[in-house]
Amino acid sequence: MATVDPIDGFLTDSEPGVSPHVYRRARRSPVTWVRGGGLTTLLFLLPMLFVFGAFSWYPIVRTLIMSLQHTNLVSAPTWVGLDNFRAVLNDPLLPKAVENTAEFAGLALIFGYPVPLVAAVLMSEARRFRGVYSALAYLPVVIPPVVAVLLWKTFYDASPTGVFNTILGWVHLGPYPWLQSQQTALPSLVLESTWANAGGTVIIYLAALTGVNRELYEAASVDGAGLWRKVWHITIPQLRGVLLLTMILQIIGTAQVFLEPYLFTSGGPANATLTVLLLIYDYAFGNSLGGDYGSATALSLMLAAFLAVFSLVYLRATRSWSSK
Amino acid sequence: MIFVPGRRRARSVEGSGQALIGPDEWRRTKVKWGFGGAQALLLVGLIIVGLGPLLWLAKSAITPTNDTITFPMALFPHGAAWSNLHRAWFDVRVGRYFWNTVELAIGSWLTQVFVATTAGFALSVLRPKYAKVITALLLTTLFVPAVVLLVPLYVEIVHPPLIHHSFIDSYWAVWLPAGASAFNVVLVSRFFDNLPREIFEAARIDGAGPFRLFFSVVLPMSKPILGVVSVFAVLASWKDFLWPLLVLTNPDQQPLSVRLPQIQSQTELGVFLAALFIASLVPIIGFLIFQRSFLRGTGLGGAIKG
Repeated sequence: MATVDPIDGFLTDSEPGVSPHVYRRARRSPVTWVRGGGLTTLLFLLPMLFVFGAFSWYPIVRTLIMSLQHTNLVSAPTWVGLDNFRAVLNDPLLPKAVENTAEFAGLALIFGYPVPLVAAVLMSEARRFRGVYSALAYLPVVIPPVVAVLLWKTFYDASPTGVFNTILGWVHLGPYPWLQSQQTALPSLVLESTWANAGGTVIIYLAALTGVNRELYEAASVDGAGLWRKVWHITIPQLRGVLLLTMILQIIGTAQVFLEPYLFTSGGPANATLTVLLLIYDYAFGNSLGGDYGSATALSLMLAAFLAVFSLVYLRATRSWSSK
Repeated sequence: MIFVPGRRRARSVEGSGQALIGPDEWRRTKVKWGFGGAQALLLVGLIIVGLGPLLWLAKSAITPTNDTITFPMALFPHGAAWSNLHRAWFDVRVGRYFWNTVELAIGSWLTQVFVATTAGFALSVLRPKYAKVITALLLTTLFVPAVVLLVPLYVEIVHPPLIHHSFIDSYWAVWLPAGASAFNVVLVSRFFDNLPREIFEAARIDGAGPFRLFFSVVLPMSKPILGVVSVFAVLASWKDFLWPLLVLTNPDQQPLSVRLPQIQSQTELGVFLAALFIASLVPIIGFLIFQRSFLRGTGLGGAIKG
């Protein structure tokens, strides 16, 4: 319509009745901007600008401010400098929360990182039921996390007639205390979380495996390479970009684990499953007398900064390997 | 259900596999039994791990509480208790929470599709000069962990700037922030980038303005990507827990994910498991119907993050 583009310009050029200034784009007054469709473009961008401005960009800036303030939603916020950060760093619960979170992330890597890769390699070579494989692997991912956690809570019933204890009883194992012991609570959480999330990684690997050049396999076969050597020297190196990425994404995700400790154990027993996010939640919303929003934002910023630095170091360290 | 290697060889020659293992190799006994056996094991494992818990939930949802407590792995030792479902839906008011969840999901879906398509259209089809700046601002939000937004967003909902009216207990507090998904916008923009631009030019020559172009040309062409965005929008809303827990304080308005943990302590186990079963039905049925969109979107997600 009012858009100025080369084709319009060409058309007006051939018609002597229309003044030629329509397609002179160099001088842009507000009027030509509007007639050129600038306002319409802005109109299309408006929903996104509003939603992101209000619910993403503004809160990000607000976090930085709130971490330096004392806010209680009743009186006007006061500037307190780095007091919030000091308070968080002196919190005796922080080392425990950091330790648990690191343990959760580490265990999640051990439980959950190799299995999806092996599964995806096996599945991508399946000659039958390929859809069935991926549907089964993805099914736990679509179950609402709250339902999954509450269901597993009944599985983890510590009595001898609990679901897992019954099954293990068939082979004369247990009964285990699962969520009720300080030693087994955190691994139990990791187990459920791995079950709930591994399917997504499998699908990502499956998609990446379709990008592996089949000629490489054929060439290797001609050279007499066996199955293991092909997996080790072609499949894994070809997937290295995705493999490195899923690892860092998984670490970033597990560092922010909240739902499992919140719903399974509320951080117990004896803070054995207290994570950094649970601590942030407790600062902000755990106290019925009013939230300590300053400490909560300070700790969430420290976590974000740590993850950013960690990701940068990780990308640096793996760069030579991933871009080979 | 056990994988039988060797059958349907003809299809694999046509290239249904990834060809890590060539057709000649499949004929070798070691590969056939080793790899084929591993695949069969994986299939059995996936059935137990992926389907098992759901089948147990379905079974226990219609089993009397006492049987589930004493013989959790037995199959209906004293008959079924269909009343669990009825009692969950009406007595524990799961029906109410179910419709709340549906309402929240529809609103979040509408905002997400609206924001993502209009923004994608502006950034990738209309392409103003400042598009790069906006895209950069969008991408930075992908790198900010969600936890950073939690507290300021909550404070903003309680005390919004400019408007002096709290949005606590309003569904808008859930619907609007759901639209701020950079992932959606990037997904849709990339799809629009790949549409043939000649079509847009042709439409323009035929006199179609931006609105016509958007509604009659671009939207009808983007059904596959809209399917992916929709499926993930509804699923994400159905799964969401912490945010609705914070901003919806009235139990009559809360969705299933928020209510289920709260009703657990006062609800008999059989009825509670029936409630869990009802809560997972919609995502599971949705997944079975729109499987392709789900799996495609997850693969695309990996590609975008990469």
